[in-house]
Amino acid sequence: MPENVDGEEVWDAVVVGAGPAGSAAALALARAGCSVLMLERGPFPGSKNVYGGVVYARVLDEILPQWWLEVPVQRWVTRRSTMIMTGHQALTVDIRAQNWGKAPYNGMTTYRPDFDAWLAGKAVEAGAELITSTVATGLIRDDRGRVCGVRTDRPDGDLRARVVIACDGVNSFLAKEAGLLPAADAAHHTLGVKEVWSLPPEVIEERYALGPGEGLDIEMLGCTRGIPGGGFLYTGHDTVAVGVVVSVKGLAKAKVRPEDLIADLRAHPAIAPGLRGADLKEYSAHLIPEGGYRTMPKLATDGLLIAGDAAGMCLAAGLWLEGVNFAIGSGLAAGAATAKAVREGDVSATGLASYRTSMQANFVLSDHKRMQDAPKLVLNERLHAQYTDLICDMAERIFTVINPEPKPRMTALLRRTVKDHGVRWRDLAKDAALGGRIFR
Amino acid sequence: MRMDGQDLDPPPQLPVVAFEDRMATLEFRVGERAHIVVDSEVCRSCTTKACVTACPANLFAQTSDGGILFNYEQCFECGTCYMVCNSEGALTWTYPDGGHGVVFRQG
Repeated sequence: MPENVDGEEVWDAVVVGAGPAGSAAALALARAGCSVLMLERGPFPGSKNVYGGVVYARVLDEILPQWWLEVPVQRWVTRRSTMIMTGHQALTVDIRAQNWGKAPYNGMTTYRPDFDAWLAGKAVEAGAELITSTVATGLIRDDRGRVCGVRTDRPDGDLRARVVIACDGVNSFLAKEAGLLPAADAAHHTLGVKEVWSLPPEVIEERYALGPGEGLDIEMLGCTRGIPGGGFLYTGHDTVAVGVVVSVKGLAKAKVRPEDLIADLRAHPAIAPGLRGADLKEYSAHLIPEGGYRTMPKLATDGLLIAGDAAGMCLAAGLWLEGVNFAIGSGLAAGAATAKAVREGDVSATGLASYRTSMQANFVLSDHKRMQDAPKLVLNERLHAQYTDLICDMAERIFTVINPEPKPRMTALLRRTVKDHGVRWRDLAKDAALGGRIFR
Repeated sequence: MRMDGQDLDPPPQLPVVAFEDRMATLEFRVGERAHIVVDSEVCRSCTTKACVTACPANLFAQTSDGGILFNYEQCFECGTCYMVCNSEGALTWTYPDGGHGVVFRQG
């Protein structure tokens, strides 16, 4: 319960947004004995949220042991594919690991309204308050400019807090108001659009070669008409989700409608047979912050922390595409840092500094720092305009038997294919070196 | 697959999804207040009108006089429009009032 200070209720923390970052922060705070209020603008947690494939939840091991026994899962991912494609070709690297289908599991597919509501429920069980259908419309500052609460769109809706944790998502108006995020930044955001198609579970298992309860996640390159980005397909219990993620800047420049890109993908010979006879259940869209470590905002000011997508915590590193785990990781760190600052009576940026240091010590900022050049590669135009075609053609030529001609030498084939695609060796070497540096 | 040397079966017929049907899959709790306001005067001088093609909910339409017509009711609240907007002051973007707007079920 909030403390009464001079006739006014003051919470130890008000957490804005009951997505994975906010709920993790609230859970950590409640467990630490702090009074915490979560605000959610949607009618229930997760109602505004969309993701693109897989939730990796090992980050919950410590705070929710054996979370897998109760998490609302669609399927446990036991097949992970990376597909490089052109309009008529596809080269797939397909990993199957049966270990991923048993505890402690690896990745799961889920529906965000289910997953987010479950995690918010854990925070509430631990003692956090949740108020839904309420927008935090602005920050309240004291006479020295320190953040000390939020305004909401409820009557008499001002809320006082020692610390405000902004987990209000990719468009974080609170971080923008605090001057931590630019008003708009098309160069470092992607748009994800997704269609969810329904099919009977046994049809999904047959078409995608899965056992009961097992799931597939495919990440794709080369299916976005040259716009930097990629595609994805993943299986739910009785649904298949398919979609694309494209650079906002590239999409605007190309003047292509996003749903047309999904239609292209659905018509691809490697994708279409799996969706035959399915019915469209839902169409959705969401922005993704993809700037990574280099564009990450300052994470703390006096009385304010930002976490999750608001802080640009999505890891869009090509090989690894993760977000929910980073949101949870940053939320847990923000909650712990806030509890410490409240306990020690210093909620200034200095008092909240353990937020950043604790994430430097675990995966959240370590992975981001290591992958800081990944956005340069992932959103590289050559990758999408030339390399995907080059790789597919090279693969096709290697396996095309041209008897009575003898098999060409690999080096000759590579030289010819590189030349046919107008790729300069200098660029190829430079980009390969960048890739090598990032993923070493 | 045919084993008699004839051509393969034609590819499966894919459903073409009309945009109205696509949007009909969603629940929108439409608020009374328009949460996005477009100043069509400013839009007239815009050379790209990127919002028209980029908005995944297809809510922006160009008018015959070069302005922009906007409908807020079936908005995903994604933010793409203000990110691509290159005319300062053309778009005023806020979230819908609490509890309103899009409700995703399988996001």
